[in-house]
Amino acid sequence: MTDSKYFTTTKKGEIFELKAELNSDKKEKKKEAVKKVIASMTVGKDVSALFPDVVNCMQTDNLELKKLVYLYLMNYAKSQPDMAIMAVNTFVKDCEDPNPLIRALAVRTMGCIRVDKITEYLCEPLRKCLKDEDPYVRKTAAVCVAKLHDINAQLVEDQGFLDTLKDLISDSNPMVVANAVAALSEIAESHPSSNLLDLNPQSINKLLTALNECTEWGQIFILDCLANYTPKDDREAQSICERVTPRLSHANSAVVLSAVKVLMKFMEMLSKDLDYYGTLLKKLAPPLVTLLSAEPELQYVALRNINLIVQKRPEILKHEMKVFFVKYNDPIYVKLEKLDIMIRLASQANIAQVLAELKEYATEVDVDFVRKAVRAIGRCAIKVEQSAERCVSTLLDLIQTKVNYVVQEAIVVIKDIFRKYPNKYESVIATLCENLDSLDEPEARAAMIWIVGEYAERIDNADELLESFLEGFHDESTQVQLQLLTAIVKLFLKKPTETQELVQQVLSLATQDSDNPDLRDRGYIYWRLLSTDPVAAKEVVLAEKPLISEETDLIEPTLLDELICYIGTLASVYHKPPSAFVEGGRGVVHKSLPPRTASSESTESPETAPAGAPPGEQLDVIPTQGDLLGDLLNLDLGPPVSGPPLATSSVQMGAVDLLGSGLDSLMGDEPEGIGASNFVSPPAAAVPANLGAPMGSGLSDLFDLTSGVGTLSGSYVAPKAVWLPAMKAKGLEISGTFTRQVGSISMDLQLTNKALQVMTDFAIQFNRNSFGLAPAAPLQVHAPLSPNQTVEISLPLNTVGSVMKMEPLNNLQVAVKNNIDVFYFSTLYPLHILFVEDGKMDRQMFLATWKDIPNENEAQFQIRDCPLNAEAVSSRLQSSNIFTIAKRNVEGQDMLYQSLKLTNGIWVLAELRIQPGNPSFMDLELSLKCRAPEVSQHVYQAYETILKN
Amino acid sequence: MIGGLFIYNHKGEVLISRVYRDDIGRNAVDAFRVNVIHARQQVRSPVTNIARTSFFHVKRSNIWLAAVTKQNVNAAMVFEFLYKMCDVMAAYFGKISEENIKNNFVLIYELLDEILDFGYPQNSETGALKTFITQQGIKSQHQTKEEQSQITSQVTGQIGWRREGIKYRRNELFLDVLESVNLLMSPQGEGPLVMKRDGGQGRILVLTQLLLFICPSPGQVLSAHVSGRVVMKSYLSGMPECKFGMNDKIVIEKQGKGTADETSKSGKQSIAIDDCTFHQCVRLSKFDSERSISFIPPDGEFELMRYRTTKDIILPFRVIPLVREVGRTKLEVKVVIKSNFKPSLLAQKIEVRIPTPLNTSGVQVICMKGKAKYKASENAIVWKIKRMAGMKESQISAEIELLPTNDKKKWARPPISMNFEVPFAPSGLKVRYLKVFEPKLNYSDHDVIKWVRYIGRSGIYETRC
Repeated sequence: MTDSKYFTTTKKGEIFELKAELNSDKKEKKKEAVKKVIASMTVGKDVSALFPDVVNCMQTDNLELKKLVYLYLMNYAKSQPDMAIMAVNTFVKDCEDPNPLIRALAVRTMGCIRVDKITEYLCEPLRKCLKDEDPYVRKTAAVCVAKLHDINAQLVEDQGFLDTLKDLISDSNPMVVANAVAALSEIAESHPSSNLLDLNPQSINKLLTALNECTEWGQIFILDCLANYTPKDDREAQSICERVTPRLSHANSAVVLSAVKVLMKFMEMLSKDLDYYGTLLKKLAPPLVTLLSAEPELQYVALRNINLIVQKRPEILKHEMKVFFVKYNDPIYVKLEKLDIMIRLASQANIAQVLAELKEYATEVDVDFVRKAVRAIGRCAIKVEQSAERCVSTLLDLIQTKVNYVVQEAIVVIKDIFRKYPNKYESVIATLCENLDSLDEPEARAAMIWIVGEYAERIDNADELLESFLEGFHDESTQVQLQLLTAIVKLFLKKPTETQELVQQVLSLATQDSDNPDLRDRGYIYWRLLSTDPVAAKEVVLAEKPLISEETDLIEPTLLDELICYIGTLASVYHKPPSAFVEGGRGVVHKSLPPRTASSESTESPETAPAGAPPGEQLDVIPTQGDLLGDLLNLDLGPPVSGPPLATSSVQMGAVDLLGSGLDSLMGDEPEGIGASNFVSPPAAAVPANLGAPMGSGLSDLFDLTSGVGTLSGSYVAPKAVWLPAMKAKGLEISGTFTRQVGSISMDLQLTNKALQVMTDFAIQFNRNSFGLAPAAPLQVHAPLSPNQTVEISLPLNTVGSVMKMEPLNNLQVAVKNNIDVFYFSTLYPLHILFVEDGKMDRQMFLATWKDIPNENEAQFQIRDCPLNAEAVSSRLQSSNIFTIAKRNVEGQDMLYQSLKLTNGIWVLAELRIQPGNPSFMDLELSLKCRAPEVSQHVYQAYETILKN
Repeated sequence: MIGGLFIYNHKGEVLISRVYRDDIGRNAVDAFRVNVIHARQQVRSPVTNIARTSFFHVKRSNIWLAAVTKQNVNAAMVFEFLYKMCDVMAAYFGKISEENIKNNFVLIYELLDEILDFGYPQNSETGALKTFITQQGIKSQHQTKEEQSQITSQVTGQIGWRREGIKYRRNELFLDVLESVNLLMSPQGEGPLVMKRDGGQGRILVLTQLLLFICPSPGQVLSAHVSGRVVMKSYLSGMPECKFGMNDKIVIEKQGKGTADETSKSGKQSIAIDDCTFHQCVRLSKFDSERSISFIPPDGEFELMRYRTTKDIILPFRVIPLVREVGRTKLEVKVVIKSNFKPSLLAQKIEVRIPTPLNTSGVQVICMKGKAKYKASENAIVWKIKRMAGMKESQISAEIELLPTNDKKKWARPPISMNFEVPFAPSGLKVRYLKVFEPKLNYSDHDVIKWVRYIGRSGIYETRC
């Protein structure tokens, strides 16, 4: 018995040798050879070349050999469909064998050979097997229908197998019923509309009877199917529940969880006044707790589900806090989940115990776990008011340990505690400030800055503290930058006299030197606010904050209801609906809990909430962690929508425009594409210098800079377009655009991770292209991109790469690599990113060149309905490096003579005739002359995009 | 449903690969190797999603089993199936090791073909499987038609776990009540502080006992529970109908309703069972309605039930630790253990594990009983006592020398854990009866020889210090 030797043959000529052995006369030798083939197949070697030889061994009365040959067939039939036909006869013959085991084996294997030609031959034997006298054959045939449906759904319908399968639900053998249910459920998933399972009280009754008698797996199939049924009233729901509850004592955890799913779902329909409702609640707790004594992997699945159940019906496990205490030897994934549930169950009654535990956990080894424990202490403080004081002192103790990540985590949660209980624990600020230097994580830094800004009036050296952060402003993450901006504005409003310089500094850093549109926009808003109406600014920035809710990280109620319908499944483990991780339409039918229907006698009071949340439990969730940015937006920008500043009469058009677009972007629809270069900068003269009485001069001084910002920006930037959809790139979505600013070209990318796993190791490469565009630096994605995260990257480009003419000319083929795969896409870049800054030609030169270039190289184009006049056209084009050399007015038409130069030195000359079309729009006639006429078309397109956007 | 099943060795080489669904390709095999087996960090989740493919994995010694799917499968079922598959393999060829798997790969493929059809688990009871997956393929020719249909009806039938026609000369059954008692104790409150003030080293024992009274918060039971199993070995002829009874509080109270006397008498002996689960042979609906446990047992050994209790647990040992830090380079540890059961009973295989800091340079141990050793590789002092009678106590004291470190982080002080075995059930569970009825064969309940044994073992038995 040393079959392991088959794994070790790796010499050359092996296939040839095997071939000889397979054709040997000796049975033993044949069998040996087939074993070797299977072993090679297992380790990933391609042994498909042996197909005919192996199939020849099929005609045998040795069952073991037969099974091996079948295994081979299942693997390679698809690659050799013609040869696979050779096997059909044997299958058909085997389906008639007197031995039921052989009949079943044949029908089982045939279904796995996914070759179209074979399926035709499969139908007759399958029909017979579905009606076989032996239950073992029938149960195998039932699954085979699902296999066949997967290969050819139409065939299954045409042959009437679905009806036969439905009949099997009434079979006398429980295992046949279970497999038929499983097969039907799977087929039904791909036809969500069809009423394939046709569940009615009679068929439900049959299922419930079979439930008592079939194997553990069969019970799972049946329970999962039952969960899809909606009883017609609460009585039926109750009677089903009564027959399902005994399953809670099954040794198989999956049976228990599936039973819990049915009960949780049907409970929705029961009235809460019912005695039975209370009994059911009581019955649910012990089996859930018992799941925690299973193996760790199952514990994890159970805990993820309990997390959902606790959110949906907290009353079930409210007395079971102790079982969620973490054991020293629990695997880390179990520890983290237990901790999550502990926080959800924390209440006034058990808070002392919970806190003692959490403090214990905060000294453990695993960093993630310790962090979560510290966070949990903060969450307890927010949830149970009586414990807040103890929590705060515990957190202070932890800060004293000086363990870096503990301190940072503690500061983040203390910020939330301040939000929840304003003006209560500010005495600890001094301690917090001591640890300022050790904070190196953005979230902790942002939290600390928020605290300093919020309590600026009580911290004597608030300005110094904030100033110290300002030094490395550009190295900070966006979160910190935004927070710092807000904090300094708050400080300024509280102590205007000493901090004028600081606020000027931060506003100019945010608006001028930053590439981040969110930051710029917020900077402008504050700036305008401060300059127009400081009183309003105060009202806006220092507005009363809404209290944060007690429960955090709650799953949104409709999603929660959907997930409850998926208890026990992967969706409940991921806490995501199946559509988020299942490809295609399969199994992504949206499920929802049944509405509560009362039968006529039951008197349900109308006040009872329809589903879920007991009255008084508010569900508006303000995220307290992670989403600091969103949080701030709510805080700072909630009021101004109705507030006065916009209505001030003297505010100029430009200002309104600026604020308007800024607001739009901050309100969060589409932040990209509204960069500063996009809006018209207000002319400096229009700035209301007489406004902002107390600090007028200083601010309007600052204000001048805004007009500068507008011109500073480079050529026209198209909004980002999706270049690589997530579907094509295993969850990576890339959108982007090209920009040219002050002589440098860059590719602004936005990478979004829509997969469920972290992405790392990004790299980018271009194919050779017409203008030699190439990345000037490697693609820098600093942190791994976690799921649902988006990162903005500006990739500098140069034009020194190798050149190859592309079709179309401006086509760019890109390859992006990450840890998952390499993805390819191509995009068209606008030609104007290649227009260089020194493209202005001398007048004489222009005339000479124009004459020099042959007339056949001239191309003419029309640009209709341009909203600009000659002035504006000229200046707009100039910002994209198309230079106007001369201007003439001929018979009321403006003629512009322009030149531009491409990065590879090609000059393009243009004559632009501007004719007034209808009142506000112009029609332009463009004549282009160039020595390389193929670029003309693209230059024209560049003109059009620049002028029309 | 399950799309494929792979078995790897610790290096990530594939030993078994069986694909059931088209959506799982060979690249899934490699993805798991790269992302999980070769990942540097410890496993952060037993379910890993790689490029929209979910991998469920469990590890047995250094063998990885991974079930792969692209659909929204029943996750609990997949894990239960993986465990079951380990059981089945172990029943066929013993320990799950690379050697054994390679030696039996043909058998494993045959089993996988049988117990997982198109990703749906089928009958996986070893008793039934062994009747027709024998690794002697030729056998099928010699079977009679009756034999064949017997096999198929057993595999698919209502009583899939037992075949008909079993005969024993002597009808015998063994019942083992195996319990593991779990405990988590809080630290000794203010104990160490008091120690410091008094400073006396010879009188620690007296002090600790004193402390239990004086201290505002002596060691408290944070959580304690017993998880028990009733394992049955049956060698019975025919298709015997069995009924099992124990001192379940609910049953006793129900019975005692008529006579108030009995309730008061038996009330103390009955125990409250928080929850129990049963082998699939037990009629669950009958348990639900009457709370009676009736079944037709599989032949040979099986686990009849599992249960959990949390009330009135007898904690066989109490651990009283005292840790004192003497300066930055020395720790003094004293641990007292007290046995808390009938003096006539003997506990066995007692082991106390006292964790030591990572920067330990040397340890000196003195113990009154048994042997104690410092094991540097495990960062612990292991104290072993072969036997100990009830109502006794014993202590160990140790001096731990530490290397000076500039590590800011304090030592996490892992809890002191304990192992032991006692000849009684810490939950207080008692078997009241196990009745056997076989109407077709002529043997009665009295003819069956029955053996009952109780063993209590430590589960996770920890005291924080």
